[in-house]
Amino acid sequence: MSRIGVFVCHCGLNIAKTVRVSELAEFAATLPDVVVAKDYKFMCSTPGQEMIANDIKEHRLDRVIVTACSPLMHEQTFRKVLAASGLNQYLLSIVNIREQVSWVTHDIDEGTAKAKALLNGAVRRARLLAPLTSRVIDVNSDVLVVGGGIAGIQAALELANTGKKVYLVEKNSTIGGHMAQFDKTFPTLDCSACILTPKMDSVLQHKNIQLMTSCEVSEVKGFVGNFDITIRQKARYVDHTKCNACLACTEKCPGKGVSEWDEGLVKRKAIYIPFPQAVPQKPVIDRDACTFFKKGKCRLCEKVCEQKAIDFEQQDTFTTVKVGAVIVATGYDLMDTRSLIQYGYGKYPGVYNALEVERLFNSAGPTGGKVTLRDGKEPQAIAILHCIGSRDKNNYEHCSRVCCMYSLKFAHLFKEKTSADVYQFYIDMRAAGKGYEEFYNRIIEEDVKFIRGKGARVAQSADEPDRLVVEAEDTITGKFIKLPVDMVVLSPAIIPRGDAKDVARLFNLSTDKYGFFMERHPKLAPLSTMSEGVFIAGVCQSPKDIPDTVAQAYGAAAEALTIVVKDKLELEATTAMVNPASCCACQNCVRVCPYGAPFFNETKGVSEINEALCKGCGLCASVCPPSAIIARHFTNDQVLAEMEGLLEF
Amino acid sequence: MSFEPKILGIACNWCTYTGADLAGTTRLQYPQNIRVVRVMCSSRINPSFIFRAFQLGADGVLIGGCHPGDCHYNTGNLYARRRLAVTKKILEFSGMEPGRFRVEWISASEGNRFAEVVREFTEQIRDLGPQTKFKISQ
Repeated sequence: MSRIGVFVCHCGLNIAKTVRVSELAEFAATLPDVVVAKDYKFMCSTPGQEMIANDIKEHRLDRVIVTACSPLMHEQTFRKVLAASGLNQYLLSIVNIREQVSWVTHDIDEGTAKAKALLNGAVRRARLLAPLTSRVIDVNSDVLVVGGGIAGIQAALELANTGKKVYLVEKNSTIGGHMAQFDKTFPTLDCSACILTPKMDSVLQHKNIQLMTSCEVSEVKGFVGNFDITIRQKARYVDHTKCNACLACTEKCPGKGVSEWDEGLVKRKAIYIPFPQAVPQKPVIDRDACTFFKKGKCRLCEKVCEQKAIDFEQQDTFTTVKVGAVIVATGYDLMDTRSLIQYGYGKYPGVYNALEVERLFNSAGPTGGKVTLRDGKEPQAIAILHCIGSRDKNNYEHCSRVCCMYSLKFAHLFKEKTSADVYQFYIDMRAAGKGYEEFYNRIIEEDVKFIRGKGARVAQSADEPDRLVVEAEDTITGKFIKLPVDMVVLSPAIIPRGDAKDVARLFNLSTDKYGFFMERHPKLAPLSTMSEGVFIAGVCQSPKDIPDTVAQAYGAAAEALTIVVKDKLELEATTAMVNPASCCACQNCVRVCPYGAPFFNETKGVSEINEALCKGCGLCASVCPPSAIIARHFTNDQVLAEMEGLLEF
Repeated sequence: MSFEPKILGIACNWCTYTGADLAGTTRLQYPQNIRVVRVMCSSRINPSFIFRAFQLGADGVLIGGCHPGDCHYNTGNLYARRRLAVTKKILEFSGMEPGRFRVEWISASEGNRFAEVVREFTEQIRDLGPQTKFKISQ
């Protein structure tokens, strides 16, 4: 016999509108072992929680069922109420009658019937719940940050400043990310490098940050508080411990590679630093461009290097670090607009994407900051096409959020650096942000022409073959226009990095349909993920501007700190255990477990489970032929009892 | 009275259950015939759960897990996939209409997909009528 209390929440009208909550509470009172059943407007509020706490004492409850929103929302809240009332927190059951009942029907009869069935299941299950003891583990105080863009840099610096050791892993040979490619930032037009490079340098100098460039995470083991991260150091063919950054090698190198930094607009050497302010300021060799690797002779860099730092024999190496928390800030790519053949990107030399144009403005860029076309001429008319591939159901449905603003910035810079006419082809102008609308108004004053209509096609001009024609419908005048221009700038959809899927798999992150990392809760846990101890920041979560990215980086650092600041951490007690009397020694459990938690005890002749490694998935329990393994909190009996209850009505 | 099927859903915590929550948060509408049991991983699902559900009178059983390769526990759903494939074969061998058992991989971001699958499956079970093959009369 147990003594169950059932607490039905109205959630204002969120639940009460399509579930008759008082009828549900009356129904609950008729179910076996239920000694008290109540409904209340907001169960998660302080009075609601106090009501539960009082009833636990008054009615000597030993099981509590809260019939409210999803357990993913408030299970922890109500567990705390139980714990504070002296009841084991695992003796709580949540019945999800909001997300999975009241919000998915308009019919109050259907809603109430389903809520009754779910509650009936929960009562059956609650009677079989057992008190469990949370595991307490030691926490490693170091943090791993993946991605050396502005988000990763900011997060790493914040954590390092609190005294925590940070490993900052970046796959490229320098940190800085996309922000380092920009010339100016909107809406203030402050120089991107001026605000970023001091931070990059701080990362390099910081005693608490171990900067790991040309590195990738190759394996993640462990769990919150105790991750074992294997990092692959890609061969640079330059020993950075010997290199003194004289860069004589880069002067002599005859090899030519494509400059990723300048978005392929120019060539760079095969041994190179990506850009003058790169951090670390030490070169790497691009194997695919190096004459020695391609033809077997050259080694000019080796000859000029007084430090003897060139090492053609260098191999990838692997190191393992232990950390307590992880911040993933892997950033974004632009959509490859070659697939949108109507815009002629990759076909007409006058068509550029936004990042290429960023490089044209930059004084360290391929043109030294001059806006010239690929043939060296200055454009007389420039069209900026918004929403290329984004806000587009055939490609990416989402708004890429920053394109309106950087397109305005481009317009300003074009006006500043050329005498060209500048046209914006937009669907809607989205300038929501501090100082953004003001910036928009300023650009309107600068004689930039705004055409409300999405660019439909870019074609070669029939009359002047070296010019382009942008076709669009001006939706304000209702006219189709054909505008001759010299340069077209595409603002492509912002999408997750090409390898975001691999990163998601490594860290067990959920992704949305385009591959952006999913937050645990869109409002209340925007930086947490479904993987405990792994946080996200920046555009890898969704497109956003620099201020929002930096704010998220601070937030993620604070989130990571809440874990690594502790010495000990409480883990879910819902692990598996073996009943040795029933174990048939088949060792199925040992073979299937992804974490190596079950092991075979040769002396006793039975399997046992290392609880520190168990994550509570229950796989072993299902493969155990004699059901000797019990998945705590999800035992066969508990699940079957719940099913019985659900199917009774 | 028209036939209202009873459908049991078993969903993994990380993908399909969260996806079902998302369907609710975005107020997508679907028939109320499905009642979902939450487990941590689809690999927790013992085939006996499914047989028992049919014995208890379920007219249909829908299993939901993370997409293969995206399992929160790395490989759990791959084991589930194989095991559930065998379960389906045994069900068919025992004379159960194959349409009464369905396995779907629905991620946490696919609220739409969850609602769509439930709508489709409910209609399908409605067409099949009450399940009597395994049901133990009370």
